[in-house]
Amino acid sequence: MGRAIRLTVNGEVHERSVEPRLLLSDFLRHELGLTGTHVGCEHGVCGACTVLLDGEAVRSCLVFAVQADGRIVRTVEDLAEGDTLHPIQSAFRQAHGLQCGFCTPGILMTMVPFLEETERPDEQEIREALSGHLCRCTGYQKIVEAIQLAAVELAGSTEE
Amino acid sequence: MTTRFFGERVQRNEDEVLLTGRALFVDDQQLPGMLHIAFVRSEYAHGRLLGVDPARALEMPGVTAVYTAADLGGYWQPGPLLVPPPPIENLTFHARTQVPLAREKVRYVGEPIAVVVAESRYLAEDAAEEVGVDIEPLDAVVGLEEALAEGAPTIHEDLDSNLAAHAVQTKGDYEVACRAADVVLARDFVYDRGVSAAMENRGIVAHWDQRAGQLTVWDTTQAPIPIRNGLAGMLGLSESQVRVVAPFIGGGFGPKIMMFYPEEVLLPWIAMRLGRPVKWIEDRFENFFSTTQERGQLHEAEIALASDGRILGVKDVFIHDTGAYNPYGLTIPINTQCTLLGPYDVPSYRSEFRVAFTNRPIVTPIRGAGRQHGVFVMERLLDLGARELGLDVTEIRRRNFLSPDAFPHNHEILFQDFAPLVYDSGDYEPALDKLIEMLGYQPSVDKPLVPDSDTQDGVRSSGSGDVLRGVGIVSYIEGTGIGPYEGARVRVEASGKVCLVTGVGTQGQGHHTSFAQLVADQVGVDVGDVRVITGDTREFHWGTGTFASRGAVVAGNACHAAAVAVREKILRSASQLLEVAQEDLVLADGRVTVKGAPEIAVGLGELAVHCNPLRGAVRSGTEPGLEATEYFGPERAATASGVHAMVVAVDPETAMVEIERYLVVHDCGTVINPTIVEGQIHGGVAHGIGNAFYEQLVCDPDGQLRNASFMDYLIPTATDVPPIETAHVETPSPLNPLGTKGVGEAGAIPVGALFNQAVEDALKGWAPGLELREIPLSPNRLFELIEEVRGEKSSETDS
Repeated sequence: MGRAIRLTVNGEVHERSVEPRLLLSDFLRHELGLTGTHVGCEHGVCGACTVLLDGEAVRSCLVFAVQADGRIVRTVEDLAEGDTLHPIQSAFRQAHGLQCGFCTPGILMTMVPFLEETERPDEQEIREALSGHLCRCTGYQKIVEAIQLAAVELAGSTEE
Repeated sequence: MTTRFFGERVQRNEDEVLLTGRALFVDDQQLPGMLHIAFVRSEYAHGRLLGVDPARALEMPGVTAVYTAADLGGYWQPGPLLVPPPPIENLTFHARTQVPLAREKVRYVGEPIAVVVAESRYLAEDAAEEVGVDIEPLDAVVGLEEALAEGAPTIHEDLDSNLAAHAVQTKGDYEVACRAADVVLARDFVYDRGVSAAMENRGIVAHWDQRAGQLTVWDTTQAPIPIRNGLAGMLGLSESQVRVVAPFIGGGFGPKIMMFYPEEVLLPWIAMRLGRPVKWIEDRFENFFSTTQERGQLHEAEIALASDGRILGVKDVFIHDTGAYNPYGLTIPINTQCTLLGPYDVPSYRSEFRVAFTNRPIVTPIRGAGRQHGVFVMERLLDLGARELGLDVTEIRRRNFLSPDAFPHNHEILFQDFAPLVYDSGDYEPALDKLIEMLGYQPSVDKPLVPDSDTQDGVRSSGSGDVLRGVGIVSYIEGTGIGPYEGARVRVEASGKVCLVTGVGTQGQGHHTSFAQLVADQVGVDVGDVRVITGDTREFHWGTGTFASRGAVVAGNACHAAAVAVREKILRSASQLLEVAQEDLVLADGRVTVKGAPEIAVGLGELAVHCNPLRGAVRSGTEPGLEATEYFGPERAATASGVHAMVVAVDPETAMVEIERYLVVHDCGTVINPTIVEGQIHGGVAHGIGNAFYEQLVCDPDGQLRNASFMDYLIPTATDVPPIETAHVETPSPLNPLGTKGVGEAGAIPVGALFNQAVEDALKGWAPGLELREIPLSPNRLFELIEEVRGEKSSETDS
């Protein structure tokens, strides 16, 4: 009982026939093999499965794959350019913004549009933007520092 | 020893694959022909299992098989008792360990009853709904006192009661101390249960390659080597036929070292039976029932004090909740018993505990592993003592600290590793002084404790009404890095890069970096040139696992030892090759050069090839290559310690608490990588804040969990955890060459005690006489407690 869908993921067009109940998270991970998107709760709280859907951060466990028909999806695999990390990724490495790394891809995908929309966010704004993600390892502090670092880095690159 | 990387804030080797989504977690493993598994679990906490009917499920499309306990035949065996109890005199202990699938009885909600195998997870879950399960419910045993009450329903019917264990450990004579005391205070304390909530749920992929006779299991375990050894035994295979891989693990925190979970026993058996790879990934709802939990204890404790605040003795009687089974023996209650003594000189101690079986999920260690409870009881007793004697909370601690010359200090009771509880080292006052300085704290009794020009009598006006502020300061110690041993193998490869292998798996602690730092220092390469492999039994199969804050201590010293041995080999072979005495050689930057003649040099890769020739002989008594394997086993635990402080703002009308500042001064011996250590502390503190404030498994009298989701069971977010101001002091452990002590659990241990103390301090003017002696302390519960005290007060005024 498949439904045909056609969507663009990380710049590549995919056509598949999927069950209407298939979650976008499962579609990305198991149909397309994009396992960088992680699944932590499947009820929309932990944020680990966050991807960009038409540029907006969404929880892919709360979206059916059929709802992504005709749309553009971007996942963590698309952030780095070759061997060059995205500035947010490299800020996370510099500031020790990850430990086990399981929640990290989702956080990165939330921060991409957040830092595009918010120039020089203060700590409280960062913490609020981050509050839709659960992390059990870091206590968030070094994630906040990583985002502050990335914000400076990104602001610097747009000024040039 | 050249020291270039030890102690440096080196960026992590493992980050790049994690940040780009290329790291392998168990659920990322996809194998051709793989089948998927869902479990049918008990919906009752306690009941007789009268029958299981898989017929309808088996008729559903895509369903390959359904198994119940009856299908397992002789493979059905209760799990092993992982940690037998230490030899405590007059100990009572009954081991009743978990079973692969329930038969005859179910003992907790979530206990597996049947397993469904299907072409997809979706189909497996559909079919699991259709498996008929007939259970005759029995009265559930939920509360701890209720579990041990006369006439309580027995969970294991071959036992007379729900008593799993009873133990008494003593030091000196508490009764004598009590008679000599100026003040004796007795109180009850409650610590409730939570989940570890690793962001990655558990999961297993099992693959049986019949032609190769090889079983491979990818498992979210903290202990791949014992899992391999156990599976080989259970399945009748040679250990060399079983490979267990713990790849990147999305957080462990203790429950992932439980052995064996029913799923770990069943998946390999199913893979072999069906000849196809199988996968099971726990979902979050399942995790609230099927992954082990911790923290339920009830204490009745007493402290005997001299008028100057010196501790003469402590007595503690407690009940520990082990859930429906007790595979982890007495590790948690013994940690509680031992950690209660803290950094203090306690001349007499009587600690007695009973362990109760209950109809709740199995209890095994979670980050802190019972240490929290001991610290909670002791620190709260000291706070009460300070109040009674008119002493500042820091002063009563200072007067009881063990002095720096008191080490090694023997507490005369047994620790969880069966060794006497002997502290190896410590120096507690400098850490407290440093914390006081960072906090800007002025020890005082009557005045508000928060130095702040905005406050008057501790009350600050804010937009939403008056906010009361309070401060807490607590101390603790932690026995870390217990044996038995770990090992490591270091090899210089032909590329000149270095490969380090250890059996200890990683769940986010940065092993790929801190272990690499240790090796890089010895072998003279960059940290990034050390490739670290952990948690794969094909690569290394001696060791136990990642637990008890022991990675840096036990595996760290093994890595160091192996690297030292390789360094010796490098210098010996280079000396022969270059015909230069070893003492005239310099090993750095991936090559060996001659002092004063840097043009005479050999690269490590070239040297490695030279030591592994294709022609010519390797003389007997020598080994080819630049490789060494070494092991390290500490005599006993290394004693880490710390002091934490918290400043809170409490809205007395709503009982909402905001943590305004959080400070940590920590001593984990020598620090390999301060950034990683800070990360460990931050995470531990956040976990502790969750335990103290939000996290509680709300269970009804029927043993049904009422908040099994992240919508209802709250773990702290970025807006709840304050920035944590951290400083290190270093008292190296004399028990290992590196001087390291563990840090993985530390942050989580004292937070409950601290939170109660700080909130109580904030409310001392608003609700005089309020005593907080329970964890968690949600705003609702705090509100009730405030109302009780104020209600009593107003009724006194009325009458």
